[in-house]
Amino acid sequence: MDEIEVSLTGSGRGPRSEVLAVGGGNSCETVRSLLPRGLLNSCPAGVASCPASSCPFQSPRWPRLTLLESVLLLGPRPTPSAMEFSELIRTGGAQAKLLRGPEVPPLHGTLCVTGHHLLLSPGPQATSDLWLLLLRSVDSIEKRVSGDSGTITLRCKDLRVLQLDIEGVEATRDIARSIEALSSLESVITSFPFFYRPKGLRLGDAWHFHPPERYYKRVARETNAWRLSEVNEDFSLCPSYPRAVIVPRAVDDDALACCARFRQGGRFPVLSYHHAPSGTVLLRSSQPLTGPQKRRCAEDEELLWAVLAGARPGARGFILDTRSAQAAKQARMTGGGTEARAAYPGWKRLHRPLERGRPLQESFVRLVEACGYLAQSTDCWRSRLEACHWLGHVKEALSTACLAAQAVEREGACVLVHGAEGTDSTLLVTSLAQLILDPSSRTVAGFQELVEREWIQAGHPFQLRCAHSAFSHARPKHEAPTFLLFLDCVWQLGHQFPLSLEFGEGLLLALFEHAYASPFGTFLCSSEKERCLCEVRTRTHSLWSGLNQPKEQRKLRNPLYVPSPLAIWPSVEPQSLRLWQGLFLRWTRPNLQR
Amino acid sequence: MEHIRTTKVEQVKLLDRFSTSNKSLTGTLYLTATHLLFIDSHQKETWILHHHIALVEKLALTTSGCPLVIQCKNFRIVHFIVPRERDCHDIYNSLLQLSKQAKYEDLYAFSYNPKQNDLERLRGWQLIDLAEEYKRMGVPNSNWQLSDGNREYKICETYPRELYVPRIASKPIIVGSSKFRSKGRFPVLSYYHQNKEAAICRCSQPLSGFSARCLEDEHLLQAISKANPVNRYMYVMDTRPKHRMQSWWATQKDIGRIIVRISSKIWNDEKIRESDEKKRLNAMANRAAGKGYENEDNYSNIRFQFVGIENIHVMRSSLQKLLEVNGTKGLSVGDFYSGLESSGWLRHIKAVMDAAIFLAKAIMVENASVLVHCSDGWDRTSQVCSLGSLLLDSYYRTIKGFMVLIEKDWISFGHKFSERCGHLDGDPKEVSPVFTQFLECVWHLTEQFPQDFEFNEAFLLQIHEHIHSCQFGNFLGNCQKEREELKLKEKTYSLWPFLLDDQKKYLNPLYSSKSPKFAVLEPNTVSFNFKFWRNMYHQFDRTLHPRQSVFNIIMNMNEQNKQLEKDIKDLESKIKQRKNKQTDGILTKELLHSVHPESPTLKTSLCFKEQTLLPVNHALRTIEGSNPADNRYSEYAEEFSKSEPGVVSLEYGVARMTC
Repeated sequence: MDEIEVSLTGSGRGPRSEVLAVGGGNSCETVRSLLPRGLLNSCPAGVASCPASSCPFQSPRWPRLTLLESVLLLGPRPTPSAMEFSELIRTGGAQAKLLRGPEVPPLHGTLCVTGHHLLLSPGPQATSDLWLLLLRSVDSIEKRVSGDSGTITLRCKDLRVLQLDIEGVEATRDIARSIEALSSLESVITSFPFFYRPKGLRLGDAWHFHPPERYYKRVARETNAWRLSEVNEDFSLCPSYPRAVIVPRAVDDDALACCARFRQGGRFPVLSYHHAPSGTVLLRSSQPLTGPQKRRCAEDEELLWAVLAGARPGARGFILDTRSAQAAKQARMTGGGTEARAAYPGWKRLHRPLERGRPLQESFVRLVEACGYLAQSTDCWRSRLEACHWLGHVKEALSTACLAAQAVEREGACVLVHGAEGTDSTLLVTSLAQLILDPSSRTVAGFQELVEREWIQAGHPFQLRCAHSAFSHARPKHEAPTFLLFLDCVWQLGHQFPLSLEFGEGLLLALFEHAYASPFGTFLCSSEKERCLCEVRTRTHSLWSGLNQPKEQRKLRNPLYVPSPLAIWPSVEPQSLRLWQGLFLRWTRPNLQR
Repeated sequence: MEHIRTTKVEQVKLLDRFSTSNKSLTGTLYLTATHLLFIDSHQKETWILHHHIALVEKLALTTSGCPLVIQCKNFRIVHFIVPRERDCHDIYNSLLQLSKQAKYEDLYAFSYNPKQNDLERLRGWQLIDLAEEYKRMGVPNSNWQLSDGNREYKICETYPRELYVPRIASKPIIVGSSKFRSKGRFPVLSYYHQNKEAAICRCSQPLSGFSARCLEDEHLLQAISKANPVNRYMYVMDTRPKHRMQSWWATQKDIGRIIVRISSKIWNDEKIRESDEKKRLNAMANRAAGKGYENEDNYSNIRFQFVGIENIHVMRSSLQKLLEVNGTKGLSVGDFYSGLESSGWLRHIKAVMDAAIFLAKAIMVENASVLVHCSDGWDRTSQVCSLGSLLLDSYYRTIKGFMVLIEKDWISFGHKFSERCGHLDGDPKEVSPVFTQFLECVWHLTEQFPQDFEFNEAFLLQIHEHIHSCQFGNFLGNCQKEREELKLKEKTYSLWPFLLDDQKKYLNPLYSSKSPKFAVLEPNTVSFNFKFWRNMYHQFDRTLHPRQSVFNIIMNMNEQNKQLEKDIKDLESKIKQRKNKQTDGILTKELLHSVHPESPTLKTSLCFKEQTLLPVNHALRTIEGSNPADNRYSEYAEEFSKSEPGVVSLEYGVARMTC
């Protein structure tokens, strides 16, 4: 502690570029123990410490980077070490007062900006600990200057609103500018997870927790109609799929390559879940590229036919399109489309339109806005809630997932889910359906595996979708709270089945926080390919190993959990759905729990 | 019996209330003297008490039969399809007759027989003793006394016989004040706060229409404020919305203007237009005299406060709107919330709650006594007084205390249960969900303060069930005088002992009884804290409920803990015994035998209890109850129209008690 104090208050106004490695898991908590020896001076990327063999450009196993890709991934400059945080940090420190909400006492101390953190040190005689905020979690920043002092309002990605009262106009401006610049850095490998070295965890510990091979082992125990294909070994077939995918045994790798060319982004149909009790499966893919000429692909048709043949005899299939019939038809004009009925005997198409992209993001923004108004006025709360449609999206997502699950379990049918790209609402539906059907995914470990397998490895572009949360003023480009919607649906399940989920609200909140800003590498990048290029697995810690420490576990578990082998069918009527107050009103709710 | 023509109809379909594809169960419909019973093909029974029926409708004939829709006062809605129109017509007519009785003597309570003798019945009625309750509050004392003025219901017919008034208020003052108050309901004590020596008093509105004054009334109010030694001023709460009163009050200053206004109103009124000039003037005078509130200039030391609770008609139509919204098939989330908002129901609940909080604060913070009134002082006044006492006194948050509270502030002070619940075939405009609102406010408090109430939601639902069921005598009639005339205590049974016997079902497992007597609840009335009470308005739509109950689990665990603690005590005493005997040196074989055989039996009993702790069966049943077919995910996919196995659903068992 002492060392930190000295370095913060003693080092005047010079450029500072310390990077802190901080013990204790969470990105935004008052930290009790600091590791002074973890301070890495002027070494933003820490490249020097990496063994040469793991450089992405030399390893023969790694695909070669094109120049464009490397620019995208590694930031505006090709060599990361050339970029110094010091250029962006314009201040040494300032006296400030931090207001954290209506019922928390304000904190006074010295404010300081480092490469990844905002620090508030309360001074040597204070009893409270150092307060620390990950800059990455700042969503928007607003500064006001009046007279001799200034005020900075920070709106965080976890929906917290913080206010900093800073002495000195110049200091206010400098701090605001530094935060602004540092919180919007887009480069992946200069981000905090690459420097975060918590006590008690070893690098690479948990990255082997949930490989696809592990899930395949389970499937192989239940049926032998499926095989693990390494056709995507070098990510050439499909950049957003992992190296290994589970496909029908009857289809060889060459056919898969043809299928991949027929599907948008190369996302050919792969196994998402095998439901052992009924012997049927849940598949996911992207839309077929039928185009205006209504092209067909024999291999793709064979693949789906093989799925039916491999399932229980007489099984039918449903193709669950997450777009409306109209939208699916329109997609043909841009090269996409949907499966023609005649080409896929035994399969029937169902359309269940789910909102995605910008409307979803806007709904999220409006909901957060409505929750923010609560503090001021109390009227028209329900009108505001209605106007943002968020619960409507929850209802649609849940009922579509229930429909898929019902087809798998009750109708004994195989289900293929896809929308357009197959990276958003598709994953929402398949993962929720598994949660409903599969008791093992309702455990803590099973749920982590589900998130890893169905979201992270399945290529949900977290880097794009979670770049900004609800407060950002920037026009949303790729942002969409699809993953948050998933978490909300899971919360609704937990609300209706309080005994059936082994994890509690704590885990869902942690996932929400870490998806948007995290000291761990789990949610970095948008696909497995990018993660390989950035060496996320070898150079960052996994969130799962952070969460699976015994002291964290206690906070995440549901004490009432009773394992049950049955499917859990939620009610999707509006009367049964609740606003997730623990998330949306987490910081504004005056009385948390009595 | 003379109304029943058909007692049994077969092949009747019971439609799923929310299904858009008309899913249904087929079964047999039975009509008995007291109940309508539907038994479906899975032998699941649906009992509907005739008195619970609020509305029967026969819809236009369809190809599959004649639809019959029954709406119940406990918010159950059933939709039958009877194959033959003649049967449907018979049942419809019978139900019309049976659900609307003209005389009290035809109500179920007078024929209901739970097999108790007269002594048990009498003891049941004596369970709640209000004199005892006033003693508990600490009256009579040096400032408050029991008045015998109303012993023969001479001053006020709708008040109970025993009333507590300030000691310095003489009988002429009381009589004088009662003449100045609507229906003679002069200010009396409702709750006395022992610690603060402040009181909650209640009355009806003053008849101060044309700026009239009443010195006796002014004296009585002064006496109330003097009965509080700590604080000289008192609050007078008018629970009606200010804007309604003020618009009238503003015109009251100019009598000429008000006469013009009222007469123009009367002209619009169909009935009065026909009457002659004299009648018109009478009505005018009555109307003018029938409304008013205390003029602060005339009363010393009062602080006047309006709290905006709307009248019974607004409440009735608000609930009607709410029920219309949530009865919609295929309701979208948006429509649900906009309907909830526009019905205004939760806003009204909040208004009642705000009023009670104001009252509690006046007593706790300012130490001031409060006088509450509305128009007649039996609807909104009862709501505010009872809820205010509930916030102030933890006794009312126990099972017994809650019964006492209802008995005191609602039954004895003349809330018109029979008219408000429509027990008899009467004026539909008198029906209003005033008491339901009170229960809902209490439910909201239990949600905000889960540890402060001894009872749970099921208790509130059960009470709501019985204010309409007419099965017990407690809620029949409109005031104590009427109840005595009906001889309810001799002819019917009291509900309270039955609820107390079933106490286990109604216990809140989270209740911590250690809180001090005057632990005040300070609820937060931010609007997101007011939630739709699904378990009330959809009590019988089990598909909308959460699938597993945390409550049951905790109940079981508590139960087991208690048993284990008992076991520990037993064992400890055994050890002690044994040690004593050892020191005495009389360690006999007998003793060894007496200890050892105990352990195997104990073990088995523990095992058995563990099974109840993890109610696997229960969980199975509820999860099974959540059947995809019930949840209408696939209304659009005709492929899925396969029949599904029946559902084991859990009833609250309310109707069961009645059979």
